Amino acid sequence: MGIARKLLTIAVVCQASLHAQSPTFGVGRTPTADELKAIDMDVTPDGRGLPSGSGTAATGKTIYANRCVTCHGPTGVEGPQDVLVGGRDTLKAPARPLKTVGSYWPYATSLWDYLRRSMPFDHPGTMTPDEIYATTAYLLFLNGIVAEQDVVNQTTLPQIKMPNRDGFVPDPRPDVPVKKK
Amino acid sequence: MEPDRISQRLASPRSRRWFLRIGTVWSAALVACRSKSAAPPAEPRALGAPVSAYGSRSRFEQVARHINQNTKAPLEEASSRTPLHDTYGMITPSSLHFERHHAGVPEIDPSTHTLTIHGLVLRPLVLTVADLKRLPSTSRVHFLECSGNSASEWRGAGEPDVQRAHGLTSCSEWTGVSLALLLKECGLKPDARWILAEGADPCRLARSIPLQKAMSDVLVAFGQNGEPLRPEQGYPLRLLVPGWEGNVNVKWLRRIKLLDQPAMTRWETSKYTDLLPDGTARQFTFTMEPKSVITRPSGGDALRGPGVYELTGLAWSGRGAIARVEVTTDGGTTWTQAELQGPVLPIAHTRFRWSWRWDGSPAVLASRCTDDTGYTQPALAALVDARGLNSNYHNNAMQLWQVAADGKVTNGNRA
Repeated sequence: MGIARKLLTIAVVCQASLHAQSPTFGVGRTPTADELKAIDMDVTPDGRGLPSGSGTAATGKTIYANRCVTCHGPTGVEGPQDVLVGGRDTLKAPARPLKTVGSYWPYATSLWDYLRRSMPFDHPGTMTPDEIYATTAYLLFLNGIVAEQDVVNQTTLPQIKMPNRDGFVPDPRPDVPVKKK
Repeated sequence: MEPDRISQRLASPRSRRWFLRIGTVWSAALVACRSKSAAPPAEPRALGAPVSAYGSRSRFEQVARHINQNTKAPLEEASSRTPLHDTYGMITPSSLHFERHHAGVPEIDPSTHTLTIHGLVLRPLVLTVADLKRLPSTSRVHFLECSGNSASEWRGAGEPDVQRAHGLTSCSEWTGVSLALLLKECGLKPDARWILAEGADPCRLARSIPLQKAMSDVLVAFGQNGEPLRPEQGYPLRLLVPGWEGNVNVKWLRRIKLLDQPAMTRWETSKYTDLLPDGTARQFTFTMEPKSVITRPSGGDALRGPGVYELTGLAWSGRGAIARVEVTTDGGTTWTQAELQGPVLPIAHTRFRWSWRWDGSPAVLASRCTDDTGYTQPALAALVDARGLNSNYHNNAMQLWQVAADGKVTNGNRA
């Protein structure tokens, strides 16, 4: 290695570490764009974080039958795991609440995000964006929220208004009397 | 010492021969002595076990976490409960700390695991576990309680004993780096309002936490009770969010993203929200409010006749330190202040004790705590008045234990 190349290498290394490490303690490094892309998987209700791709309930039906039916039943109501369909108008007492995608989930983006993160339970992380859009569409269709041929994608998904969108309130506790000290 | 214990200890043939030889000589001496003198002979003393690299408990001790096998959910998406009845003091042994996993316990190599902080920051950072251990760290004792603890008790007596009813709380000394320090190293952009903390477990559990809390007392913890975190507790890194519901204390922490709004993940919308009678649900109910429970005597115990018994239990508050614990033996008609075992630490289990003389008649035992904000633990009826019967999470009501005339103790909670 020639002197010039050595100096260049040293300069590059110094430059990288100057930019990379934290200012006070000098630890860590800057993530590369590829590293961030690989792990930056969250989706907010406004749709930020959704990748391109699309699906309909019609295609989602097949995916559901292959990958979801064992835990959630043929139509999403049979279980044995979480019931995904139905339960509208069961949240008010004295009804027995049935919290499903249709009755309880406030955002369709949360469903998409959860399918990507965690489903199927025993093989999470194995569905493509198209498959996730299609499965989301199918679950929304079973709940009467979209039509069978509606295309669900990064533009349409955040626009879907879930039935329980306005069902949540902030924490008011303490909600029992507190004596002043 | 029983023969089977001795033989267990004398593992090698050499030491067993040695023992037999000694034994033969000793038996002869014993016979000789017995004829002459009444002085009791000294017992032979076999050597104990040699030093060992990592300790384990006595084989005579069997106390364990309780795993509910009668569930349709897989055991990777389940919980196990701390035996509160059989632990002492304020610290929960790491091996008995309750568990709640959503996709099982991942095996993570700390030499390759990293924490990435990005989003609305000026300088995104990737930190290795070794990087974090170079930074100033702090150790603090804090309880950790699942928001679903005591959920069985909303409609009166649900579970038969304290472990099953209330065992989703544990207390450890946690060691780690201040999250505020890390966020300052990254530099916050002005519109940062929330963090999203994400685990490296297979389901990539993620929770949104307001920035104000993230910048106060939150730790990125790598230590628990003086050693690395247990795998079930997030090895090699977890978030420790003092006083807040268990599931925001994200285990196997791999990523923190600064956001301008909560991400509204499944675990903060369809799960861990508290349904009210009018059909709305409280969201982001983070704080675990003051709570106490008598752990001894408690459901499943049997008192052996009238006399003195120590009432002991644990009290804790996600808002601060326990100021007072009162106990009753008549179902709440009269209350007496219990003694608190120091040190009384904020947001930590606090042991209380009171000496009770039982007269042999039926009794109803309960404790109620007050923290340094002035909040007194409510009766179940007061919570049900405020929240109805379907809110599931955050039940911090008093626990009643019924003592029958024959001494048997059962769950005395009333609907």
